[in-house]
Amino acid sequence: MLSVNQLRVSYGESEVLHGLDFAVAPNEIVAIMGRNGMGKTTLMKSLMGIVPARSGAIRIGETEITGLKSYERVAKGVAYVPQGRMIFPTMTVQENIETGLTVHGGRSVPGDLYELFPVLLEMKGRRGGNLSGGQQQQLAIARALATKPKVLLLDEPTEGIQPSIIREMARTLRRIRDEKGLSIIVSEQVLSFALDIADRVLVIENGEIVHEDSRDAIDEAKVARLLSV
Amino acid sequence: MFEGYSLAELGSIFAMQGFAGLILFSVFVLMALGLAIIFGQMGVINMAHGEFMILGAYVTYLCSTFISSYAPALFPVYFFIAMALAFVASGALGMLVEWAMIRFLYRRPLDTLLATWGLSLILQQVFRSVFGAREVGVVLPDWLMGSVAVTGTIEVPINGLFVMALTTAITVAIYAVMFRSRWGQGVRAVMQNRVMAGAVGINTEKVDRYTFGLGCGIAGVAGSAFTMVGSTGPTSGQLYIVDTFLVVVFGGAQSLIGTIASAFTISQAQSTMEFFLSGSTAKVLTLLTVVVILMLRPQGLFVLKVRR
Repeated sequence: MLSVNQLRVSYGESEVLHGLDFAVAPNEIVAIMGRNGMGKTTLMKSLMGIVPARSGAIRIGETEITGLKSYERVAKGVAYVPQGRMIFPTMTVQENIETGLTVHGGRSVPGDLYELFPVLLEMKGRRGGNLSGGQQQQLAIARALATKPKVLLLDEPTEGIQPSIIREMARTLRRIRDEKGLSIIVSEQVLSFALDIADRVLVIENGEIVHEDSRDAIDEAKVARLLSV
Repeated sequence: MFEGYSLAELGSIFAMQGFAGLILFSVFVLMALGLAIIFGQMGVINMAHGEFMILGAYVTYLCSTFISSYAPALFPVYFFIAMALAFVASGALGMLVEWAMIRFLYRRPLDTLLATWGLSLILQQVFRSVFGAREVGVVLPDWLMGSVAVTGTIEVPINGLFVMALTTAITVAIYAVMFRSRWGQGVRAVMQNRVMAGAVGINTEKVDRYTFGLGCGIAGVAGSAFTMVGSTGPTSGQLYIVDTFLVVVFGGAQSLIGTIASAFTISQAQSTMEFFLSGSTAKVLTLLTVVVILMLRPQGLFVLKVRR
């Protein structure tokens, strides 16, 4: 569904990603793991077009999206849940979700989104900024899903969220994948969460993929060692 | 300062100055709305906003001259045509400026400040070259002349009432566009988080261009209204820009209600005090009050309280 070839990204003169290669199959959940500063967020941002790629190619199916602007990538089927959630704080929950409808021109929030996140229906008139961290995370995911994506990018979704909600989120993400048939890329530091949802785990270190495992055959000890500081 | 006036006279003075203040208020509101939209949306401090207003005023002047000599039958309603043209002219110029200049300067607030100030000087000189340095005024159609006598000592000018009705209509329209339409939702999303707005599929560049155009267009309409209460010269816009900034900062940059409330307070204070004190003393007092209030409430009068 999504394929990345020799992706290089740099901030000014310092290169952060040194030629990444990977692909995500339809309906697959891939976790990108790594310690802080290894390039996870940069990878997410470059997939979304927020940070430009220096060279290499990103494709959705057969369509190349490397040079496109963020909003054009959304139209091609990429959706993004950033680190820190970044919902629009002074807009209501409903308005927040509606911003995701811009691309496809829908009028109202699809009911199945509220079905996935019943708490958002309860709070739909409330300002996004007044929600709790976990609720904001659900809102950010709902907003991304409103764009009808083929690939959903989640950047450290568990950051700052309590364990019981993390487990709930893993269930919801798997359910979204099963119901909507999309691919999910999630960047993560928490191994248990990654093992809970991912079909495949990639470990990124200093801007290169150093380890890859499918969930069934994962060498848990090795991944844990790569993640430890 | 009140000695020598009887109580009844004082009442009339307050009423009439208050009304004069309302006209000033209308011009302020229209100017400040445009400025607040542009500032809130893009963080661009548009020093040339006054010149966009004056462009609208000159368009109105041209329209009045043209219609009175070529289509006198239309003269009674020329003002509405002039307003639409002023909106289009200022809006189009605003979009051109955004495309040619402002979009290269986002995230560089000091540079936009200088660049738009330079633009304001250029526009002033263009006005001077085209229309001459002398101030021009428009001829109002008969139905806008005269005043309504409320009591023996209080008279309310009709053009003032008209300007106020106009301002109300435009404010309501802007409110509807910003808070009820899908487009306005996009504008607010871009205002709050430009990067994220792009990442949910909003074409931020297009939103920027139209928003800048809208803000400038409203300034053009303000210019139209301005012709009724003052005469138009190349530098008239300068007199208003500082006050308008004051209104925007005082009201809280992202709040429509705040902008309106602060425009009302400032214009009423100015207008009433100007009658009793000299113009500059009135200004000093207004500024001092605003400074003190801003020290107590740095975010302005109205702030939305949410977690960030």
